Amino acid sequence: MSELRELYQEVILDHNKNPRNFKKLELHSHHANGHNPLCGDKLELFLDVVEGIIKDISFVGSGCAISTSSASLMTQFLKGKSIAETRHYFEYFHDLVTGKELDEEALEGLGKLAVFAGVQEFPARVKCASLSWHTLINALDSVDEPAATE
Amino acid sequence: MIDINKVRSDFPILGTKVYGKPLVYVDNAASTQKPQQVIDSITDLYSNHYANIHRGVHHLSQKSTALYEGARETVKNFINASKVEEIVFVRGTTEGVNLVASSYLEPQLEPGDEILISEMEHHSNIIPWQLTAERTGALLKIIPLLENGELDLSALPDLLSPRVKLVAVTHMSNSLGTINDVSLIIEQAHALDIPVLIDGAQSIAHMPIDVQKLDCDFFVFSGHKIYGPTGIGALYAKEKHLLNMKPYQGGGDMILNVSFEKTEYNDIPYKFEAGTPNIEGTIGMAAALDYVSELGIEAIDAYEQELLAYASKQFSEIEGLQIIGTAPNKGCIISFVLDGIHPHDVGTIMDMEGVAVRTGHHCTQPVMDYYNISATTRVSLSFYNTINEIDEITKAITKVKELMG
Ligand SMILES: Cc1ncc(COP(=O)(O)O)c(C=O)c1O
Repeated sequence: MSELRELYQEVILDHNKNPRNFKKLELHSHHANGHNPLCGDKLELFLDVVEGIIKDISFVGSGCAISTSSASLMTQFLKGKSIAETRHYFEYFHDLVTGKELDEEALEGLGKLAVFAGVQEFPARVKCASLSWHTLINALDSVDEPAATE
Repeated sequence: MIDINKVRSDFPILGTKVYGKPLVYVDNAASTQKPQQVIDSITDLYSNHYANIHRGVHHLSQKSTALYEGARETVKNFINASKVEEIVFVRGTTEGVNLVASSYLEPQLEPGDEILISEMEHHSNIIPWQLTAERTGALLKIIPLLENGELDLSALPDLLSPRVKLVAVTHMSNSLGTINDVSLIIEQAHALDIPVLIDGAQSIAHMPIDVQKLDCDFFVFSGHKIYGPTGIGALYAKEKHLLNMKPYQGGGDMILNVSFEKTEYNDIPYKFEAGTPNIEGTIGMAAALDYVSELGIEAIDAYEQELLAYASKQFSEIEGLQIIGTAPNKGCIISFVLDGIHPHDVGTIMDMEGVAVRTGHHCTQPVMDYYNISATTRVSLSFYNTINEIDEITKAITKVKELMG
């Protein structure tokens, strides 16, 4: 059971039950849909980026505890960060869940997100943890939509 | 009567452990484990009898051919076809459906013709028809589901019309467990001269199959779901259809005479078996069918129904658990959802308890859409599962609830 406790830590369970920033952003500059066809996880991500800084970020969707809590913690983590930093954190996070060595600085930088280290013991769940991050990169790489009220 | 200890000792993998816990394998609808008898049949083939079939005059080729053709006889008897010529070896259910779509249906379809399937089909009994429909301008029509997981057969008379060129339905649903009244569907379709294909991927291992009594036109199944190897299955088709069907693939073995001007095709069923076939798979599948016949499919069915009844009762007593698919006539499959807990989390936690379940949409996305869910957790049983294992599964589900609180 210890690997399971590592995977399903309190923080993860809490963010699964009460996901933060769980709403649509009426006013957003970036937006993307993420889908994991294997387990049916779906999420929609909204970003409001002003002068290269993530001013606001939110998501909606349905998924397993790992994917929901990962999206929730990611939105909390990224608010106020720059796009350039964000792309670095994507790399760090990816290394974390796939079990690559991270230096101390990177690990420290990830802060609370380090709870997802337990995922590396469950290869079938890596995709769940990284879905929101991949969706994020898709949103950032897509042509900027004008800030729109939908 | 199933001698459960004897039966379990026939399957080497059932004695293994997962994360230090005894394996509880209940993903049988995805694929079944293999008894020693099947494993031995393949070892025996390669150790003592192997050569290519149908071609050599030498001793081994004749032995190998005899085993291969003997397997055809075994399949014929297992589903009670009237002739061995009606049995075509294919890679599995998926290839069987594709073969019928390309060689039987597509050549005769006109724009506006219809293919009738059901809302509970596995993707492999949807996509081949969709592709055929796209190429010909035909339309796909759907027999709808009811809330309890049965098909709404009251819709059938309205759906059946001279425009329908084929009905293709599953005998038993892999995600809901529902056993469909295919006899009724066949009877109503035949009244309008519409042929019917039965997807037997799930039913084959759990109930007696008599294609003559069913009077179906086509019946397809996979060896790996009835304790045989992967990569092999069979298509049964009535002789009158096979005789008029176009070849599926071209190659060796499916011809009588080849020149660059004209090729004369081989007789049925060889016409549909181009190239060197899956010889070991065929022989392994026959060994699996023999194994099942020896246990007796009626005895298997009776035992599995006991397991199903017990598991359904135990599971439904778990608070927050909802069984998806509660048809009165069901095979031993239980799909369920747990309040507020995603099936993917359920699957991971149960796995750590040694319980192998399947989570996801089970290749039946339209069924998930109907129930407005993205996935279920599925326990699919076999004659080698036990009441004790069901108690272990129930405990594992309780653990999931504790952990995910
Ligand atoms: C009802 C049903 N039809 C078709 C298939 C496809 O079988 P195969 O993948 O062996 O071709 C399956 C297997 O998952 C099934 O359960």
